[in-house]
Amino acid sequence: MIPETLPAGVTDAVPANLRRRSRGTFASRGGPWVIGLSVLVSLLALLPIAYVIGVSLQTGWSTVVTLVFRPRVGELLVNTVLLVLLTIPLCVALGVTLAWLTERTNLPGRRWWSLLATAPLAVPAFVHSYAWVSLVPPIHGLFAGVLVSVIAYFPFLYLPVAATLRRLDPAIEDVAESMGLKPLAVFFRVVLPQLRLAICGGALLVGLHLLAEYGLYAMIRFDTFTTAIFDQFKSTFNGPAAHMLASVLALCCLAMLTAESAARGTARYARVGSGSAREQRIVCLRTSSTALGLALQGVTCLLALGVPLLTLGNWLIAGGSQVWDMAELLPALEQTLLFGVGGAALTTCAAIPIAWLSIRYPGRMQRVLESCNYITSSLPGIVVALALVTVTIHFARPIYQTTITVLLAYLLMFLPRALVSLRAGIAQAPVELENIARSLGRSPARALWLITLRLAAPGAAAGAALVFLAITNELTATLLLAPNGTRTLATGFWAMTSEIDYAAAAPYALLMIVLSLPLTGLLYHQSKKTAGR
Amino acid sequence: MIFRVPSFLKKALLASALVSAGHVYAADSVGIVVYNAQHESLTKAWVEGFTQETGIPVTLRNGDDTEMGNQIVQEGADSPADVFLTENSPAMVLVDNAGLFAPVDKATLEQVDAAYRPAHGKWIGIAARSTVFVYNPSKLPNADLPKSIMDLAAPAWKGRWGASPGGADFQAIVAAMLEQKGEAATLEWLKAMKTNFTAYRGNSSVLKAVNAGQIDSGVIYHYYSFVDQAKTGENSKNTALHYFKHKDPGAFVSISGGGVLASSKHKEQAQAFLKWITGQDGQAILKDGKSFEYAVGKNAQSNSKLMPLQQLDAPTVDASKLDSKKAVELMTQAGLL
Repeated sequence: MIPETLPAGVTDAVPANLRRRSRGTFASRGGPWVIGLSVLVSLLALLPIAYVIGVSLQTGWSTVVTLVFRPRVGELLVNTVLLVLLTIPLCVALGVTLAWLTERTNLPGRRWWSLLATAPLAVPAFVHSYAWVSLVPPIHGLFAGVLVSVIAYFPFLYLPVAATLRRLDPAIEDVAESMGLKPLAVFFRVVLPQLRLAICGGALLVGLHLLAEYGLYAMIRFDTFTTAIFDQFKSTFNGPAAHMLASVLALCCLAMLTAESAARGTARYARVGSGSAREQRIVCLRTSSTALGLALQGVTCLLALGVPLLTLGNWLIAGGSQVWDMAELLPALEQTLLFGVGGAALTTCAAIPIAWLSIRYPGRMQRVLESCNYITSSLPGIVVALALVTVTIHFARPIYQTTITVLLAYLLMFLPRALVSLRAGIAQAPVELENIARSLGRSPARALWLITLRLAAPGAAAGAALVFLAITNELTATLLLAPNGTRTLATGFWAMTSEIDYAAAAPYALLMIVLSLPLTGLLYHQSKKTAGR
Repeated sequence: MIFRVPSFLKKALLASALVSAGHVYAADSVGIVVYNAQHESLTKAWVEGFTQETGIPVTLRNGDDTEMGNQIVQEGADSPADVFLTENSPAMVLVDNAGLFAPVDKATLEQVDAAYRPAHGKWIGIAARSTVFVYNPSKLPNADLPKSIMDLAAPAWKGRWGASPGGADFQAIVAAMLEQKGEAATLEWLKAMKTNFTAYRGNSSVLKAVNAGQIDSGVIYHYYSFVDQAKTGENSKNTALHYFKHKDPGAFVSISGGGVLASSKHKEQAQAFLKWITGQDGQAILKDGKSFEYAVGKNAQSNSKLMPLQQLDAPTVDASKLDSKKAVELMTQAGLL
């Protein structure tokens, strides 16, 4: 199971006992307005998919063939597939090893190491890349792509794996050992299989980021579908070649979702029996293993935190007070905060009806509604933005180039982040309290508002925080959709690095990291809480 | 009934309401919107001077030439843009072919030399830049320098030169080659380029790579090197510039264009802006500022560090015929995009 805070597209955090409750009363008790709202949000989520299909149909088969089946698309496909196939196993290996070291051994300072393994999430991926190109200028291509991706994204695996390791029942391992298995065999045959869900979820998250990221790969000159779509956009605005690449990319994302859901399997992971699992046993490492473990933690930390912070510090010192151009920085900061807060509020509110339905009246219809949102959020920002630009320019001109469209893009991209946290929050609000409010004459909507939502507020806040974090570091959709004359920290950073003015870009990067830090702390805290410790 | 909302939610809702309100308010402002594909720093200097003198506020939307050209075409009659500024001509041609430009004021046209504006007067040159071959002398001795940009298609140049095919600059060079050499020869050259060259993102990155010795040479515009020299020189100190001259396609001088949109609701202010940047003060910013682009105003001087425009022996290309769409199509066909 993935910690609830992670926007893992496909986790199912609803406890089984809540799920069995009355299905027949869906419409009668859910209230038509809740259903109406969730259908509306889900239909909105389908917009980008409908756009991708619509454009492909409209373009005509022969054009599709010439634009899709050409050597360049083959090159991009090879690049993207290699990137995914190399990065994900490395992230899994690194994430699982680090998690095992911090959770199941007596490695000195393991609490600190655990915090340090989460911290790289506070550094936006394109800032990692910026640090590496300024440290090692010739770095480029597949090797660089894999290196920087592993460094930027391994915490997505570390967090769920560490949380699961903390919760495993040691009794199963005892049984395996009593049957004569060696410790290493116990790890591979008993522990690792139990980590399957965490690994699958984390790997999916890393994979989707690999497909969607633009800034990281643009800066180290590694061409993926996303960078190629961006190049086409810069040459043609929204020409057919960009649309076709976007369609292929969307197919890649769907393939990845399908692969993950097949890899999850149907095995049971909950423990059987009464009482609770006993405390984990801690493995005492030998001196040589301790040294190796410390070296691995140290090197990871150096690469994932040391490199970005040192280069950033260097540029800040080199730039001096000159680079702190407040007339540019303050509006960018203000804009980022406004987009972040506005987007987080809108997304959280939009998630309420769906989250509430999924807890109170789970069923087939609700699952369909929910999966619409998951599929869209797995699409790269560039695809969503391209869809919104095209749709608003032709059919919704009043909201074209307005903040509304930007917030809508954020809503479509980040809804599951709010949904997962909010759902956990609502699940913990007893339905009986809501029922009592109803019996005292409150309307369903009012009861939901007065009772359940107030109890679910911490969950909603966590979800909103995650959305805010995502918006702070969002680059591609913001670049395409931002209203005239607006600039966020991310797009400001990007404008500076595009002119190779690395010193002037440093303050933007620093501000983004500072904004992300408390929220990364929250993520860390939540993953600890999931384990009940 | 007491209807309490969690306070964080209240604040968030209030903030988002303010965002939207702020936007609606901004849309009604009196200033002009400039779709700017020129270097942001240059346009900012122009805007500062213009606003200081006239009091007319200017909002910038920054992007790339053909991106914004296509965007304006799709926006059509409802485009929020009042003025369009580019780095190269093809995007101006794109918008002009869609019939979206209002004629430039006569007085403004007369400020610029006839060679740097199309005869029909729908848009005007605001600055110019020259194609240049940048090389690292320690990697590429002077004797080995190519005579023509067309030579770079030869197998001997495999792995020895770089360019930024995704940028409007290089695409303008291709459009000029298309105009001079025709479609077949251009496509053949582009296919050879795909085999021979290394792709970078942005001319600055090409310059930086040549300077660091990662690649022997590159095709860029002239001013990147001068801009870097004026700063610290750290990305250009190991490089030298070679101008092809002799009316070679590689000696192409690209005209940066400016035009007023026919759909503009602030035409008077928009025309004033165009007049200002092509006038004495605007062109002086090209000479004295940090852009190192060529001035195109009558009697306007370019920066004295630059090789004079007249000595570049550029090919005569009708800027109003440059076809960006075809250029991008050919580049897509050659697998460069």
